[in-house]
Amino acid sequence: MKEILSGNEAIARGAFEAGCRVACAYPGTPSTEILENTVNYKEIDSSWAPNEKVALEVAIGASFGGGRALATMKHVGVNVAADPLFTLSYTGVNGGLVLVTADDPEMHSSQNEQDNRNYAKFAKVPLLEPSDSQECKDFTRLAFELSEQYDTPVMLRTTTRISHSKSIVALGDRVTGLPEPKLVKNAAKLVMLPGNARVRHPLVEERIVRLGADGATMALNRLELRDPSIGIITSGVCYQYVREVLPHASTLKLGMVHPLPAALIREFAAKVAKLYVVEELDPFIEEQVKAMGIAVAGKDIFPICGELTPGRIRQVFAKAGVIPADQAAPQPETAAIPLPPRPPNMCPGCPHRGVFYALNQLKAYVTGDIGCYTLGFMPPLSAMDTCICMGASIGTATGVVKVVPEEERNKVVAVIGDSTFLHTGINGLMDMVYNNAPATLVILDNRITAMTGRQDNPASGFTLMNDPTNSIDFPLLCKSLGGKHIRTINPFDLEQTRTVLQEEMNRPEPSVIITNKPCVLVKREGVFQKGPVYTVEAEKCTSCRACLKIGCPAIEWRSGAGAKGKAYIDPLLCTGCDVCRQLCKFDAIGRSK
Amino acid sequence: MSDQVTNILLVGVGGQGILLASEILSETFMLAGFDVKKSEIHGMSQRGGSVVSHVRYGKEVFSPIVPEGEGDILFGFELMETCRSLPLLKKGGKVVVNDLCIAPPSVLMGQEPYPEGLVDRIRAGFPDVLLVDGQQLATEAGNPRAANTVLLGAVSKRLDIAEEFWLAALEKMVPKKAFAVNLKAFLLGREL
Ligand SMILES: Cc1ncc(C[n+]2csc(CCOP(=O)(O)OP(=O)(O)O)c2C)c(N)n1
Repeated sequence: MKEILSGNEAIARGAFEAGCRVACAYPGTPSTEILENTVNYKEIDSSWAPNEKVALEVAIGASFGGGRALATMKHVGVNVAADPLFTLSYTGVNGGLVLVTADDPEMHSSQNEQDNRNYAKFAKVPLLEPSDSQECKDFTRLAFELSEQYDTPVMLRTTTRISHSKSIVALGDRVTGLPEPKLVKNAAKLVMLPGNARVRHPLVEERIVRLGADGATMALNRLELRDPSIGIITSGVCYQYVREVLPHASTLKLGMVHPLPAALIREFAAKVAKLYVVEELDPFIEEQVKAMGIAVAGKDIFPICGELTPGRIRQVFAKAGVIPADQAAPQPETAAIPLPPRPPNMCPGCPHRGVFYALNQLKAYVTGDIGCYTLGFMPPLSAMDTCICMGASIGTATGVVKVVPEEERNKVVAVIGDSTFLHTGINGLMDMVYNNAPATLVILDNRITAMTGRQDNPASGFTLMNDPTNSIDFPLLCKSLGGKHIRTINPFDLEQTRTVLQEEMNRPEPSVIITNKPCVLVKREGVFQKGPVYTVEAEKCTSCRACLKIGCPAIEWRSGAGAKGKAYIDPLLCTGCDVCRQLCKFDAIGRSK
Repeated sequence: MSDQVTNILLVGVGGQGILLASEILSETFMLAGFDVKKSEIHGMSQRGGSVVSHVRYGKEVFSPIVPEGEGDILFGFELMETCRSLPLLKKGGKVVVNDLCIAPPSVLMGQEPYPEGLVDRIRAGFPDVLLVDGQQLATEAGNPRAANTVLLGAVSKRLDIAEEFWLAALEKMVPKKAFAVNLKAFLLGREL
């Protein structure tokens, strides 16, 4: 049976075929669809964890209990999960454990483009890198086997182009006959106190040396000898680009990128006249090849920043004289036409919009966080001043108020989404209250993890497998952290939003404001309800443009209407949130009759 | 089968149904016995931003993204986005574009007008342009929301793949209750 699968769908399939029992993740582009697909296999217990650290720990427990386990995350998620990862490297596994890191060269949907191959080297665990969907499936299966064979967690690294590209995959069956999970005590291996860890560390060193030696004969590292005048060491999607651009070049295609198969690299280097490494981001392979005393070209001609593409690779090789200059890259037929940009925008009826409008009006200094609401940074709302990583808004606000003059402290507001607050924001609030920082925190509770495609979270009331469950009570949670001033607001009520924000900003103590309207994208029955559609009464519209200040995609300025133009509301897009009506001083906006 | 790889680009605005159209294309090519790869970026682009999907088929396809300047067909769901992606097309590449303008934020806010004369600008570089009134034809087929399928029909006419594979892919990918209308829309597009 053959199917067209994305890399992420293929990884889920690979986990299924490998007999994986538990899959746990926190969503993050481009990794999210892996768990959204494992959940379709009833043999796999799939769940969203509140953050990546917990996701990996759940997988660790499942492995220790004797089952094969998968944890998946985006590249920055591994920063959060790094603490358990580094010691898991020492304990090793019981059931096979695979950690998927989905990297994002070019930062299509991320705040940085860190190269997580470095984590494999740092934590001393093997890392596999598939180059299409078939390999995503096959390498996932293989990763589970290697994990048990070498008693190590195995990392599987994709990039956006692997996770989100589709290609044809031959499906297989689920393996049978794996040992049944059961409790087995083995404290010397699993309790990492110094005495035990000192025994484990040499085993880790020995393991990585053994893997490097065995890698030379593993089928996933493939020496393809074609034209001996040029040899290219590559892996992942870059292998495909190299085959596209230089079909005659010899290639050493690495499926295991850490540890590198030194013997195979030496063999390849000896067979080709000129050696290159083509890799995205850091000179990870290149530096190690150089350390082996082998001359190789890499980041001296290729960029470190951004992703590679066939076109970019072609240009570099043309400049290096490998490709005739006239074949460098086809000249575009038309020069790029200057066009208005089309950036992403908050949806019509998004409950975040009114809050940012009010923050802008109050001239707040907003320490932001990551989610759909980060779009509050863009004009016309323009109400976000910092954004570092998930959960950072609160600690940042606490730090800012420690240094700025007293009269500026009441301007500082931290803004965070529900999923992000539960991910790593709780500790920030604990600190803000504990150390009495006079900042204001706004929790934008839209009931869902919207940014990554509306996944449920511990406040949504449902699990990934769609079972009803507890839904976190935010006011109660904040109270238990010691919060004294906790208020809930309707973010569609601009007057209330502004007044409460102003009062809490002025309060020289920590305070929390929680919004209570759901995301318009929540599909579950009864959570989001579309209201009556609004229209502009053209006779009353004075062309003041006040309604444009919220940047709602449903409101359009029709410059041809009347002498100075008039606003128009698209009835197909309007959700009836009522925010624009409150901005109109002339009562020109009302419900359609 | 020749070694030639055919490169198709689907471009438009997040939420326009580009992903489904590119899945139907890919399915068709697989059914017709080709190797297929497709790629697009999701994530931020779902929030009404520009979307570009790459679909490639042939005997053996390596890169999942179309090399710059090698696109054979640009399948545009919206005029401005079609113009934005013209540099991806090869010399003599074909354009099939929906006659639809979706205002970006700066235009919605009245800061600048939606650019004019886009079809002429496309024609200046690429004479082989088919401008389709997708909504109108889809309405004729029974549902204005089947505009994408009309366009798909028009694109299918420009590719050398037997009709049976298109119909089989449509039947597999389109929800049962919408199939009749979509089939009609597809066949209308195929006449263009
Ligand atoms: C460590 C880490 N994990 C995951 C992500 C991906 N990510 C970005 S925002 C976000 C969640 C946003 O949800 P929420 O805070 O509820 O805000 P909303 O998008 O619903 O407004 C996620 C998972 C990330 N950037 N960093």
